[in-house]
Amino acid sequence: MQYLSVVDVARHFGRRKALSQISFSCAAGEMIGLLGPNGAGKSTLLNILATLIAPSKGEVKYGDQGANDGADVRAQIGMLGHDLFLYPELTARENLEFFAHLYGVTDVHSTATRALHTAGLVDRGDDFVAGFSRGMRQRVALERALLHEPKLILLDEPFTGLDQTSTAALVGRLRERQRAGCLIVLATHDLDVADGVLSRAIYLKDGRMVGSDTGSSNLADRYRRAMDRGPRNADSALWGGE
Amino acid sequence: MMRAFFRVAWQVMRKDMTVEIRSREILLTTLLFAVSVVLIFSFALVREGRAPDDVAAGILWVAISFSGTLAMGRTFERERYNDTLRALILAPADRPAIYVGKLLGLLLLMLLVEIVLVPMVGLLFAAPIFAYPGMLLMLLVSGTLGFAAVGTLFAAMLVRVRSRDTLLPVLLYPITVPVMIGGVRGTAALFQAVPDEPMARFWIGLLLFWDAIFVTLALWTFEPVMTE
Repeated sequence: MQYLSVVDVARHFGRRKALSQISFSCAAGEMIGLLGPNGAGKSTLLNILATLIAPSKGEVKYGDQGANDGADVRAQIGMLGHDLFLYPELTARENLEFFAHLYGVTDVHSTATRALHTAGLVDRGDDFVAGFSRGMRQRVALERALLHEPKLILLDEPFTGLDQTSTAALVGRLRERQRAGCLIVLATHDLDVADGVLSRAIYLKDGRMVGSDTGSSNLADRYRRAMDRGPRNADSALWGGE
Repeated sequence: MMRAFFRVAWQVMRKDMTVEIRSREILLTTLLFAVSVVLIFSFALVREGRAPDDVAAGILWVAISFSGTLAMGRTFERERYNDTLRALILAPADRPAIYVGKLLGLLLLMLLVEIVLVPMVGLLFAAPIFAYPGMLLMLLVSGTLGFAAVGTLFAAMLVRVRSRDTLLPVLLYPITVPVMIGGVRGTAALFQAVPDEPMARFWIGLLLFWDAIFVTLALWTFEPVMTE
């Protein structure tokens, strides 16, 4: 059953076209990769899916709800941005408890404890996030995004700055959520890590969708082929030409 | 519904206060700035221990508004560092509750600065701050609330704008002119040689009126302005 439907979505910032004619749909339990070079529109699309940006044209449906359904839709979304959405002056536990309150989680303390346990940071829960490594912060940030058990998980460049162990742990956690029936959409440049992890890849170039496939290997080759198919002149999309 | 609203507002304010207690960054810089403004005016205006009549109220509100603007910018700058404002906006909570939490945090910070500022102005400019303490308190709270209500909305709107530090006062001061006039005239009525209690009461009423308008408009517009 389709959970997320993106129908002819476009987004302009003034004269600049950041996204045009994006349409796809995904079912619960899929892990979708948004792949493309810098400026392809991956982050803009993620922000539209997160309801942080309204599309200039088209619509996004979450089951039978739309972005205008506000808090009801936001309750289904967990997002991990490139910036980790954590307060460095607060401890890991304080961060988790603060967001648990905001997300309307009922048992805040035990939810935060469980999240710290999953992140492998029970012993560091009372340490300030400012003193954490990038990998540790990423783990706290991911658990922060999952506190309210969202159906749709959005991740922007989640593998950036992580070592192999942290990357493997992150992939493991995402797979576990995928098995639990969550739809995961991640934007990444890291094709090596994404290869074999994604159930579907969506290729973006200059704000347009230039392909989509469901292969499980050779992602780098598929990516290259998709990029060759895309618009040749990067400036055409930026300045409104076709 | 209302309980959830105030729970979120309380959590946002508590978080801001926890961060501030640990860093003391905004309180100290704002306080230092406000004290400097009052000291500069006292060096310029006080001659042989005697201050000109009717300047204390104006100086007090200049210090409050300038230091308040500084605090507004810094409060939202903090949310920009790690993009935490996006996380707040993304939460399935009422977005106006987030606004109220940020407003209460800012209001508390500004009132803490005023606790130092008011006795200082009273001392340096021979203002009778204890003549009508209740009315003075009402003027300060209602004036600061109106100013902070508009400032919190604008600071949130401008958080992603590159020239936000310049734009914030440019947008804020013209709109808060009624609040500044009310604050200055009401306080001046209390500080004059023969305090004019009815006049101060009139300005308090007007300030409360503007507070209601500004807070209502800000609550109404916060959600749409935070969605790009």
